[in-house]
Amino acid sequence: MKKLMLGNEAVARGLYEAGCRVVSSYPGTPSTEISEAVAKYDEVYAEWAPNEKVATEVAIGASFGGARSFCAMKHVGLNVAADPLFTASYTGVNGGMILAVADDQGMHSSQNEQDSRHYAMAAKLPMVEPSDSGECKAFVKAAYEMSEQFDTPVLLRLSTRVSHSQSVVEELPREDVPVKEYVKNPQKYVMMPAFAKGRHVAVEKRMEALAQFAETTGLNRIEWGDTKIGVICSGIAYQYVKEALGDRASVLKLGLIHPLPDNMIRTFAQKVDKLYVIEELDDIFETHVKKLGIACEGKDLFTWLGEYSPQMIAQKLLGKTTPYRTFPESVPVRPPVMCPGCPHRGLYYVLAKMKLMVSGDIGCYTLGATAPLNAMDTCVCMGASISALHGFNKARNMQDRSVAVIGDSTFMHSGMTGLVNIGYNKGNSTVIILDNRITGMTGHQDNPTTGRTLKGEEVPQVSIEAVCHAAGIQRVRVVDPYDTVQVEQALKEELAAPEPSVIISRRPCVLLKSVQKKAPLVVDADKCRACKACFKIGCPSIHMEQGKAAIDPTLCVGCGLCASLCPFHAIGQEEVR
Amino acid sequence: METKSIMIVGVGGQGSLLASRILGHVFLSQGYDVKVSEVHGMSQRGGSVVTYIKYGDQVYSPIVEQGEADFILSFEQLEAARCLPYLKQDGTMILSTQQIDPMPVITGAAQYPEQIVEKLQQTGANIIAVDALALAQQAGSAKATNTVLIGILSQKMPFPQEEWEKAIQELVPERFLTLNQKAFALGREAADREE
Repeated sequence: MKKLMLGNEAVARGLYEAGCRVVSSYPGTPSTEISEAVAKYDEVYAEWAPNEKVATEVAIGASFGGARSFCAMKHVGLNVAADPLFTASYTGVNGGMILAVADDQGMHSSQNEQDSRHYAMAAKLPMVEPSDSGECKAFVKAAYEMSEQFDTPVLLRLSTRVSHSQSVVEELPREDVPVKEYVKNPQKYVMMPAFAKGRHVAVEKRMEALAQFAETTGLNRIEWGDTKIGVICSGIAYQYVKEALGDRASVLKLGLIHPLPDNMIRTFAQKVDKLYVIEELDDIFETHVKKLGIACEGKDLFTWLGEYSPQMIAQKLLGKTTPYRTFPESVPVRPPVMCPGCPHRGLYYVLAKMKLMVSGDIGCYTLGATAPLNAMDTCVCMGASISALHGFNKARNMQDRSVAVIGDSTFMHSGMTGLVNIGYNKGNSTVIILDNRITGMTGHQDNPTTGRTLKGEEVPQVSIEAVCHAAGIQRVRVVDPYDTVQVEQALKEELAAPEPSVIISRRPCVLLKSVQKKAPLVVDADKCRACKACFKIGCPSIHMEQGKAAIDPTLCVGCGLCASLCPFHAIGQEEVR
Repeated sequence: METKSIMIVGVGGQGSLLASRILGHVFLSQGYDVKVSEVHGMSQRGGSVVTYIKYGDQVYSPIVEQGEADFILSFEQLEAARCLPYLKQDGTMILSTQQIDPMPVITGAAQYPEQIVEKLQQTGANIIAVDALALAQQAGSAKATNTVLIGILSQKMPFPQEEWEKAIQELVPERFLTLNQKAFALGREAADREE
């Protein structure tokens, strides 16, 4: 049956059909839906790991154990997983193994736009890149075959536009791939110098064999059109090229993007008058083509930044432009904001009020950096809030005026090690764990603290308090972020304490179905003096109407934070008024 | 057939994902190739959200660019103004007159433009402005605004009413079905009034 599927759902379908048995991932936009979708198949074991390194190691172990295995992550997640990946390249596989990495050209939901193709080259691994949902499914199957044929993990490169676009997919039944026999083989699987030296030889041989394979595999193909223009491309850029140029160009479409098919590239280049390499982000194909001694144009025409588009290509190659209308005045931007009723808002209100230095982290709560709260100073990567604050305070002794903020899932991911470092190295920093009982930003995934697995089973919750105590932190306390008075009091005490402390700001994400929303609040216009005290919290449901504050009833969930800050008691429930 | 392009724009959380799925379902049932591009992650948190839907004999790029949209469905006035450049010269914009202040307006750093509908019409674009939120509330929930807009759009497209109704039936959860069917019907009536 033909169905519309997200690229991510199609990857999941491919895993199911290809007989994959073990999936371990950490959520990260735009990769998250793969693991959510595959978890719905009973035949596939799927889990959320606490971070990408663990997920990758689980997949490696499952492969050693003889099963077809898989892990998925976003581009920056692969930085976390790089350590096991580079050595898994040496061990190779038993059951086939795929690691999916989703790049985020344009940084729709990321802190950088690194190009994950560098990892394929650095770790000496084959990498495939689909250009739509149909290929997502097909390439998963091809990747497993390649993995087992060449004894290697295979990287599956995705991008926001492929992962989050739906296109047509034909569903097929699952292939039964039995678990292979496990044979103890330390020369292959114990990577210590004596054995690893032998495996490095195998890696180089494998890359040579894969380079041969690249010339003949159906994953790479030439689509002949007019030979005045020749384009080398892959992934979503291929779709843009086809839409922009149609038959006015010939296209070498790469599906296996590492290693590259040198002879195919040479043949293609000889037959076209002018060769272009069109690739988003870095100049990886272009550099390779030029290394072969072939002239081509790439980054001298096209940007290193963000996403490409058909119009960009049509304009650069054909000089074609499309007319459009413009609105006659400037349109204010609409940046993302914390949701109405978000538990983080009350906490950030206090942090802003106390003018603290805030060492931030990755999650919904990164939005605390934006106006009007402006309550974040730094944010680098998952887990950095705690360790960087420790470093900041070792440098400046600002422990009475600085805090780290980190979410529950991010704390499990890589915040714990930073806290151990504070406990161990006589730190005196104050860490706030924003425990909203879920992994929020990526769309509500469970984590070790929520007491539920990816498959929906109930399990014991990892206790954040117990982890903090075990890390050597004596002062651990819990506050309700809706109670700003309590939050401020706790902060004053913990910042003054001569030892490190953890404040757990605990209240479930307001978007969780289990959270009861209250009736929207209303402003009593007679009492409102337009002092704008309620505007300081940056709630999207509060705005001005005829010179008085007003609350949008379609957005307000009745959290009451604004009411608690109104000096004139002008905000309340309708019936109370 | 030349590829047709539709954009759905609104504010994160307004429910544009369901609208795009209904459209995708209808076009697929008519035998077309279809691509839908969605936004997930951070932008969904109250920011501008854009969804593209394209159909035709063969669709390559899933994105819609300036001057390309045959139809734009906008859940909110400011977002309608923002996406005007994407409308094709002879395209049609269907917009809900709801206004949601973005944070720069709330903090006083920017002004919400006045008389957006009039200014859009003055550009010569085909604009259908409807209080879709009120119709959705009349149907039973503000959350059905998307189905009201779909109802209006369905009158402007060459596919039979049953196909739209079938798609709604298949994609809307059981307990919200009656509500959305009503919202769809109210949208179709509103389109008739606009004729």
